[in-house]
Amino acid sequence: MHNQPRSRRRHPIKLLLLIPLIAVLIPPFYNFADPGIGGMPFFYWYQLAWVAGVAVITGIVYLATRSRS
Amino acid sequence: MIPKFNGLEFGIVVAMFVIVTALGFTATRWKRATSLASVEEWGLGGRRFGTWVTWFLIGGDLYTAYTFVAVPALLFGTGAAGFFAVPYTIAVFPLVMFVAARMWSVCHEHGYVTAADFVRGRHGSPFLSLLVAITGIAATIPYIALQLTGIKAIVEVMGIGGDWPLWIAFIALAAYTWTSGLRAPALIAFVKDILIYVMVLVAVIYIPYKLGGYDVIFHRAATALKGATPPASTLLAGPQYLGYSTLALGSALALFLYPHAVTGVLATRDRSVVKKNMSLLPAYSLMLGFIALLGYMALAAHVKPVGGTAKAPDSTTIVPVLFNSQFPHWFAGIAFGAIAIGALVPAAIMGISAANTFARDIYRPYIRRNASDREEGLVSQIVSVILKLGAVAVIVTLKVSFAIEFQLIGGVIVIEILPAVVLGLYTRWFHRWALVVGWLAGMGLSVYMLYVTPGKTTDHFGSASFALSTWGFDTKVTIWTGLVGLVANLVVTTVLTLVFAKLPRGRDETSPSDYEEVEAPPMAMGGQAAGAV
Repeated sequence: MHNQPRSRRRHPIKLLLLIPLIAVLIPPFYNFADPGIGGMPFFYWYQLAWVAGVAVITGIVYLATRSRS
Repeated sequence: MIPKFNGLEFGIVVAMFVIVTALGFTATRWKRATSLASVEEWGLGGRRFGTWVTWFLIGGDLYTAYTFVAVPALLFGTGAAGFFAVPYTIAVFPLVMFVAARMWSVCHEHGYVTAADFVRGRHGSPFLSLLVAITGIAATIPYIALQLTGIKAIVEVMGIGGDWPLWIAFIALAAYTWTSGLRAPALIAFVKDILIYVMVLVAVIYIPYKLGGYDVIFHRAATALKGATPPASTLLAGPQYLGYSTLALGSALALFLYPHAVTGVLATRDRSVVKKNMSLLPAYSLMLGFIALLGYMALAAHVKPVGGTAKAPDSTTIVPVLFNSQFPHWFAGIAFGAIAIGALVPAAIMGISAANTFARDIYRPYIRRNASDREEGLVSQIVSVILKLGAVAVIVTLKVSFAIEFQLIGGVIVIEILPAVVLGLYTRWFHRWALVVGWLAGMGLSVYMLYVTPGKTTDHFGSASFALSTWGFDTKVTIWTGLVGLVANLVVTTVLTLVFAKLPRGRDETSPSDYEEVEAPPMAMGGQAAGAV
């Protein structure tokens, strides 16, 4: 049983998915007004920027874990 | 302010509604089904949807008209705390990506249409499946009713009296959903989402331009929030942290447990479509974030909500009022039409998925065991109509604020099926009767906590944010009720699984490989499965 190929379920790249969770679910990281961008406080543009961040990260994980057929 | 009726605006909204209704009826012929007379065809579109259709369908399904009116209304009323919708719709995709893929695989292998179908097959417990079905339906009904508040807000702002527009909209919706099933909202979702994207793009550029930039908007919003009762801010206060993050996390965990979200996932053609969409769907979250900021634009433009009572004005009207005051009538008409159509797509999917759950998991196992596929499909169609018209009746007879409170409860109760469904996708360690008692414990605790939470105008069921001071803690901190209920559920389920070790376990009809990706290209198999229907 020891030399079974590593299951796709345990792919280490999946750990990347934790990054956006930590980044947006802990408000003390981003509950500030400065620095603002174009009049938008940090609190707002930081979270909006993570929308792009999560798209990139889930995209990488998708590409890395898809089956080659 | 009394809203003024404008003929051009009204004409545009009516024209858009007529076009969408026609689309709904033509959808029957889309993706060429030979017959719609089964839950599989009518309620899942034959499991044929590819990446793009799914993107529009799930997007149209999850980001509802309620989102467009309620999220900005939250920022309008409570400031930064209302922005939780953004971290919520960010967190959901990494959380759900692989769970949804496993769900797709096992449901495709065994022909499951609902989460309750899966639970019955996996845990071998028709009773647990019944609990999951009832939970899903109970959480969905107020959600359907709530879609109407989006339309109602538009109707009020356009200066049209009476409830007849709601009846007409939902009767038309019920009619084309009857004939076309899930294909109708899938096709309409294209129109809806393109319109909404245009509307948002114009709104977030044009309105700040008219008001003097985001600088002015945030500045004026902060001033207005400071003077509100209770005072609020464009940043979170320390005691709001826990409430903000638990609400975002809990809502993210709950979202894909709703029957309509499961339907969206299961209607896809293959597993990679599901996974790929988890990185494409965040585009909607970006839009949602900007829509949320419309709440601050409304504060900056000194918008006054219409409707409701003097004590509790109907703040869901602020976005339509803002559009009416900032946009020329023709564009306000397009925006209103977009929001109204935005209510119909999710309402259709919710009706279909709740009806599927009733037909497959309550009617067949408990009312008529030997029902044919055709009969099951017909029951689903009938229930879907009843749900929609029932929702209109509820909204027309009850106060709207009442429905919003019920929606808060929706997420809190639907999360209680997480152990049976999501943990069930990964392990069979949990005992079926432990899951049942765990559900009872978690649900009991959550409902109790909701009951003792007062709202602005009510003594009970006022909010899904539970004040820890209720339990004697000397703090202003709140926590999302559903998460406390979920933890209670998990603890009870785990302990009882150990206690029940000797009791007989249910038969599991699935095998470990059913959950994994198929190694061979799925093309040929998918074609066969679709042809066999």
